Amino acid sequence: MNLLIQNYEEACAVILFGIGFTTLLLHRNLLKKVIGFSMTDSAIYLFLAAKGYIAGKRAPILKEGITRAEAYVNPIPAGLVLTGIVVSVSVTALMLALTIRLYRRYHTLDIDEITRQARREEG
Amino acid sequence: MTERTDNRPGGRRKRAFTAAENPLDDRILEELQDPPARAGRERTEEEAARMEAAELKRLEEIARHERGLLDQAHSWSHTHGERIARTVYAALAAVICLAVIAVLLTTVSNLPPFGHGENPIHNEVSARYIEEGPAETGALNFVAGMILDYRAFDTLGESHVLFIACCAVLILLRLPETGDLRERMMAEANDRVWEPKHDIILQRGAGFLVPVILLFGVYVLLNGHLGPGGGFSGGAAIGAGLILYLNAYGFAAAERFLTIRSFRIATACALGFYALSKAWSFFCGANGLESGIGPGTAGALFSAGLIPFLNVAVGLVVAFVLYAFYTLFRKGDL
Repeated sequence: MNLLIQNYEEACAVILFGIGFTTLLLHRNLLKKVIGFSMTDSAIYLFLAAKGYIAGKRAPILKEGITRAEAYVNPIPAGLVLTGIVVSVSVTALMLALTIRLYRRYHTLDIDEITRQARREEG
Repeated sequence: MTERTDNRPGGRRKRAFTAAENPLDDRILEELQDPPARAGRERTEEEAARMEAAELKRLEEIARHERGLLDQAHSWSHTHGERIARTVYAALAAVICLAVIAVLLTTVSNLPPFGHGENPIHNEVSARYIEEGPAETGALNFVAGMILDYRAFDTLGESHVLFIACCAVLILLRLPETGDLRERMMAEANDRVWEPKHDIILQRGAGFLVPVILLFGVYVLLNGHLGPGGGFSGGAAIGAGLILYLNAYGFAAAERFLTIRSFRIATACALGFYALSKAWSFFCGANGLESGIGPGTAGALFSAGLIPFLNVAVGLVVAFVLYAFYTLFRKGDL
């Protein structure tokens, strides 16, 4: 429990992940599903960024005369989070575009209603 | 039916047996007590036809009854069954989510403390990037050196992910040019109607802010290898500036320099330049040739080999793709 309070950033990230995951599972509205998905993404980035931080160290940009690895925080999580953010932007845009297409076709955002109508159309 | 009209003793007995089923059979039996006259036979034929109709009616009734039962079952599954399934699903989902959170929280409580240097993530890989990075890549920003030199192929794939997502959105949302012209006109008109027109506060604010934002974006873009920043953040800033310009001055002004043509040219040039230059650098590196791309003097604007140029390429792709997302979602075209 004590460690959980010490690790409050990671704990926050995990709880945010849970909230996003629950939103993804429980809501039938497609837009809310997209929001839940983005929340899980962001929670993972928060977790990675928090893991890369080392208290009292410099940002990963070279300062004249300091070349020791111990002087800087870890640059790898920053690079990974950068990749992740770009991919999640793309995925979110694609999901929203698909949602718009579904709305244009079925005039509803309810996933069950869309499934029912699609099944009826198939016969 | 023909069996019922004959008057053989055997058939009669058989008929007496089935008489209880249908009240009509009684009348036939009565008639059959006497030897059948000619007129009687005609009447029995009539009777038979009527009976056939009655039988059909009865069958229809049964079928209707069964259909009703089936409909009832269906409607039950549609109303009650669906509700039950939904409740079970929601309960299961909540349980699963709580279990996931609990497992992850126990894991987090067993991790090394936040900000501690002993985390297993801080290993020799990051030490190598920090100690050797500036000499090998020439970039002062370790992250830029890492993503655009050591892992340049990964970043190329990343820009392609963005570009392909933009193409997919274009395919999904673009209204057909040849198809329903009225729908297209409606979408455009609807957008123009809701467009802010001569909003003086927004226009003055944008007139002041857009150049600042664009300049800042360019600074972040070009400074990616020297300080905080890089292609993705600079490109995002430029894209945001373009979107602000579009919102303040409208499509007519923005379309003077930002059309699907310029989008195509810019993204194709940026991605092509990235792929070709990195291919050249990989080819030379793999075959031990002199590529002519050195790290340069660390700290100068044109240093760190290809990194500033790759930053510009990535920034162009990001800025244009963000702008394209915005216009596509707003009016279904670039």
